[in-house]
Amino acid sequence: MKFKKAMAIGLAAAMTLSLAACGGSKDKEEKTSDSKTSDKKSDYSVAMITDTGGINDQSFNQSAWEGLQELSEETGADVNYIESKQASDFVTNLERLGDSGATLLWGIGYACADAVLEAADSNPDLQYAVVDNSYEETPDNVTGVMFRAQEPSFMVGYVAGKTTESNKVGFVGGISSGLIDQFQYGYEAGVQYAAKELGKEIEVSVQYAESFSDAAKGKAIASKMYSDGCDVVYHAAGGSGTGVIEAAKEAGKWVIGVDRDQAYLAPDNVLTSALKLVGKAVKEVSMEAMDGEEIGGQTLTFGLEEECVGISEEHKNMPEGVYEATLEIGEKIKSGEIEVPSTKDEYEAFITK
Amino acid sequence: MDKTAKILKKPFTMTIIAILCGFLVAGIILSIAGYPPFHSLSVLIQGVFSGPKHISNVIIKSTPLILTGIGVAFAFKTGLFNIGAEGQFIMGCVASTTVGIVCDFPAVIQIPLVLAAGVIAGAVFGGLVGFLKARFGIHEVLTSIMFNWIALYFSNWICNLERFHKPDTIGTYPVNESSYTMILGKWKTTKEGKEALLSSDFLKDTILKTDVNAGFIAAIILAVLVSFLLYKTTKGFELRAVGANRYAAEFTGINVNRNILHSMVISGGICGLAAAFYITGNSPHGIATLAAFENTGFNALGVCLIAGSSPVGCIFAGLLFGGLLYGGQSLQYEVGAPSEIINIVIGVIVFFVALTHIIPPLVERFSKGGKKHAK
Repeated sequence: MKFKKAMAIGLAAAMTLSLAACGGSKDKEEKTSDSKTSDKKSDYSVAMITDTGGINDQSFNQSAWEGLQELSEETGADVNYIESKQASDFVTNLERLGDSGATLLWGIGYACADAVLEAADSNPDLQYAVVDNSYEETPDNVTGVMFRAQEPSFMVGYVAGKTTESNKVGFVGGISSGLIDQFQYGYEAGVQYAAKELGKEIEVSVQYAESFSDAAKGKAIASKMYSDGCDVVYHAAGGSGTGVIEAAKEAGKWVIGVDRDQAYLAPDNVLTSALKLVGKAVKEVSMEAMDGEEIGGQTLTFGLEEECVGISEEHKNMPEGVYEATLEIGEKIKSGEIEVPSTKDEYEAFITK
Repeated sequence: MDKTAKILKKPFTMTIIAILCGFLVAGIILSIAGYPPFHSLSVLIQGVFSGPKHISNVIIKSTPLILTGIGVAFAFKTGLFNIGAEGQFIMGCVASTTVGIVCDFPAVIQIPLVLAAGVIAGAVFGGLVGFLKARFGIHEVLTSIMFNWIALYFSNWICNLERFHKPDTIGTYPVNESSYTMILGKWKTTKEGKEALLSSDFLKDTILKTDVNAGFIAAIILAVLVSFLLYKTTKGFELRAVGANRYAAEFTGINVNRNILHSMVISGGICGLAAAFYITGNSPHGIATLAAFENTGFNALGVCLIAGSSPVGCIFAGLLFGGLLYGGQSLQYEVGAPSEIINIVIGVIVFFVALTHIIPPLVERFSKGGKKHAK
């Protein structure tokens, strides 16, 4: 078992290395070819700043960067990033990217939102975009990119409702905000939808870790939930969530991952994951901008319809038939038959229906 | 021979050698990792000097490091190792942010008020450590490390209070605009200001696009003031006497415990001032939920060490640190080298600076050996 694990890790490392090597050499080739045939499409340059999570955060920063790398492979656009170590670096880093000739600049995560506004204000000729934030008033050279995270949350909530045997499920959030509300209420609605279908009552206990990086606290909360009788817990808590998954492993209960397929963290305990494909959205918006479309001054929203959210394909841990049923739910959401709530008020309206 | 030995023994030369060694080792590490060392280092230097904007960003980045460095150096002169600079800095941030949000007076009152809040918070937090040391003899390193954590979690708690937390962000509201200490802060966001600054490339780069603030000027003034206090006043003599040999100091009638307390209060106050300028002078003008220490106070230890705990030396050491931290990002950006490499450079420099103490005896032995041969 241990040997297998070591082998798997080794293989994964080798693959990443070789991938990285490919990426590196390709970049160089592109750069040299650029200088020769400069009239081609690749004078477009896209760059991003990470939030303080860093580029290898196993979450949206990494996903966004993967999206940009794909963009570079497909179109030959120049892509680059700068990691931000602290909040006061955001504006400085955006300025630096602007200097280096980037035409479209991404701020990843709502923590960068104000910095993006500030940079956009002093560089009216550059195009900016920010992930996970919508402004009340969006300047002409800024695009907000939002996800309907309630949709995959509804789907995993439905899975949780169908899977639970103790009729008690849990939700662990990061820091309470409008963004995490989408996850929470989408999930709760999904659970209630399944409960209605099964004709039983399912209780959802909700708790916040008050942090996106406190794995110990995430673990403590989830452990408490499991010992209180929850058998499925969904988390939308970033780094605190790794603690939740850890707790599931120890308790031998189900956990639902978030943002990316987190099955690799605990293959026998991750029931499914609610996907939020930041990279895909980043890539698509960047492509639109490259094609010369006006993307500024608005907030673009991505959901099931755009195939930027969903649940992981792997479903060996789910009871039979649940995966298929959940996909049908997905279709119903797409067609508008189910309107998924994303706030408390909408949720209350949803369950009284 | 004697002449070279003399030059080699000078702290300044030794520091320069240490810095060069740091770059040398960094170059070796870079080439082992597969990045071209000369190109990388030139990128690093270009990242700092290639334009007025970068220089002004380096100064901004250095300001809190210089100020906290002076704070640490001050305590060091009294024989205290203020590893709690980080916590005092965080408490200063918390205090100036909360005061800056709650109060909204005209700038003439507001700025001194916010700065004072930072200084007082830092001073109280540093003073606590000094008190515990003076009254109960608890080692300042132990207490201040613990206080760092208290500060971190206190800051996160404040950050998430409804009164201060800006909805849908990870941080607090910014402080009220009247407390901004940027140069031409308010004017440059107005239309006329923008037009005026945009007309000149130099002004546009240095002032409009960066958060140039008064902190750096304050740092220079403070360095001079602290030097004056330490070397030209009776109080300074007492403080240094306690640092040099507390028993001898006690024997001559200097109140050691009181001086320890005073030293920590002042040291903490300076760190708090650094924080207050950081909050009022840099966007986002508030505190964010911290997952880990941001290292301003810890880097200050390195700054102080490189500066040989001279307050004026801290200005240059702080600029070096700030330059490395800022230029290091272009290393990542241009060459693709991980930004951690810059932490290695800094680590190596600090390591070699610490090693310089073995140079004088080495030089001595070497020159003596030379004399023997001459005989």
